[in-house]
Amino acid sequence: MKKTQIIENIKVRSGKELLDIKDRSEKRVYFTIKKTVLPKITRYLFNDVKARFNTASGVDTRDAIEILYHFSIDEIGLIISLRVILKKTDLEIESLTPIMRCAEWIEREIHEMLGVNFKGHPNLKHLLLKDDWPEGNCPLRRDQ
Amino acid sequence: MANKIIPIGPYHPLQEEPEFFRLHVDGEKVVDMDIELGYNHRVIEKISESKSYDQVTFLVERICGICSTSHPFAYTNAIDDLLGITVPERALYIRTVIGELERIHSHLLWLGLAGHFLGYNTVWMWAWRYREPILDIFERVSGNRNHYAMFKPGGIRRDMHEEDFPWIKKTLKDLIPKFDMFKGAVMDDPVIRARTEGIGVLTKEDIHDYSALGPTARASGVSIDVRKDEPYAAYDKVEWKVITHEGGGVFAKLLVRVLELYESADIIIQCLDKMPKGDIDCGIKDMPIGEGIGRHEAPRGEVFHYISSDGGNSPARHKIRAPSFMNIFSNKKAVIGETISDATIILAAVDPCYCCTERMAVVDYKSGKRIMDGQDLIRLSQEKTERMRK
Repeated sequence: MKKTQIIENIKVRSGKELLDIKDRSEKRVYFTIKKTVLPKITRYLFNDVKARFNTASGVDTRDAIEILYHFSIDEIGLIISLRVILKKTDLEIESLTPIMRCAEWIEREIHEMLGVNFKGHPNLKHLLLKDDWPEGNCPLRRDQ
Repeated sequence: MANKIIPIGPYHPLQEEPEFFRLHVDGEKVVDMDIELGYNHRVIEKISESKSYDQVTFLVERICGICSTSHPFAYTNAIDDLLGITVPERALYIRTVIGELERIHSHLLWLGLAGHFLGYNTVWMWAWRYREPILDIFERVSGNRNHYAMFKPGGIRRDMHEEDFPWIKKTLKDLIPKFDMFKGAVMDDPVIRARTEGIGVLTKEDIHDYSALGPTARASGVSIDVRKDEPYAAYDKVEWKVITHEGGGVFAKLLVRVLELYESADIIIQCLDKMPKGDIDCGIKDMPIGEGIGRHEAPRGEVFHYISSDGGNSPARHKIRAPSFMNIFSNKKAVIGETISDATIILAAVDPCYCCTERMAVVDYKSGKRIMDGQDLIRLSQEKTERMRK
């Protein structure tokens, strides 16, 4: 599948929930989408396009928490990053683990490092931090 | 019969990624497995936010002791992507040479360990013996046998000397007959074949489900390799092919790694022949605001680095994803339904540093009594080979 076609399909599927597209280079595209449409786009990329889930990176931008979900389409060497911006007052987002089980660990990591709650995650316990780590203390948060 | 639990791990001083496997077994069969990480969490992502871009190269080099160049490679690729710069061609060739030399030494190291776990200690000694010349090349080129510190954002830190090239090429060519020997040992030995073929099989669907990487994926017939899919450094300037195998089991993983040794040696020789003269560093002055993603095909699979810059002197956010993060998770699928004596080699087949087996112990869940330790489990695996030899 061609890059332009994939971008177009994501545009159609996200409709008004698409906030921004940054076509940075031939191999890198960043989408900013609302969190409500994330499972739909993930299902499209992972199940239909058969993209590979690279990882997700959580970033504390001081005003908000951004989560970037990186997918790679290896046939054309393209990386698609879906950016979701979460307000610090509402750090809840749908878990993607029911769609792709390879997201299980990284969601656990973002949960403990940045305090994001992944709704519907089957096993949201600590991954890297010890089990008795103080509740609500998130090492990668800048406001703590 | 009630399930018993076999804990494997969590710690060994030699292991670069301490992890803890809890095997739930019913008699001989593994019925479920839990994996726990975080015993040696070094907070590298956080430390990176307090180092300058140049210092981060040294920091990430220390993530892994075996494939120490993989992380600087992916990190410098991320910086190149962020800045949109073109690195001088000579630097790209030298980066490729270092990356491939590392693949040879890492695969040989794993091959030795796999031999040891299967009860072929001769293979272990051979493999580590023939890994030495590669480390000698590293020492000549960089001054170090490991942690070469060759990479820097925008280029490389020190040049390679043309007068060393004939010696490097001869050393590599002398290794080819040794690779033939390993290939023969893997392909022709009926016992190695019987112990590894069809064991711990992952299908193409499993690879996609778990997003497994590198030789683990290629051994299941999934042809993914960042070097081909998104060519960087000099990988698009030399001739080479991606090695795949349809088997999916430990045997396929063994074979893919052995065959990759030839490709790597070939890539290095071609790079040395084609290497242009010129600058090795493009001299980065400022870091703009932006973000970049860098990837490198490490010996174990794709390394992924994400850098976000706020225009300051250090990364605002540096996300690192090593291949084992995905591959170890796929063990959950590979090991279930297999026997305890095969679990040792299956867990080792994705090539995590596997010294943790030394701390393996079989504990009776009810009485808490220790039945076996790591040595016993390696013995169990070796005895199975011994029985099959007869």
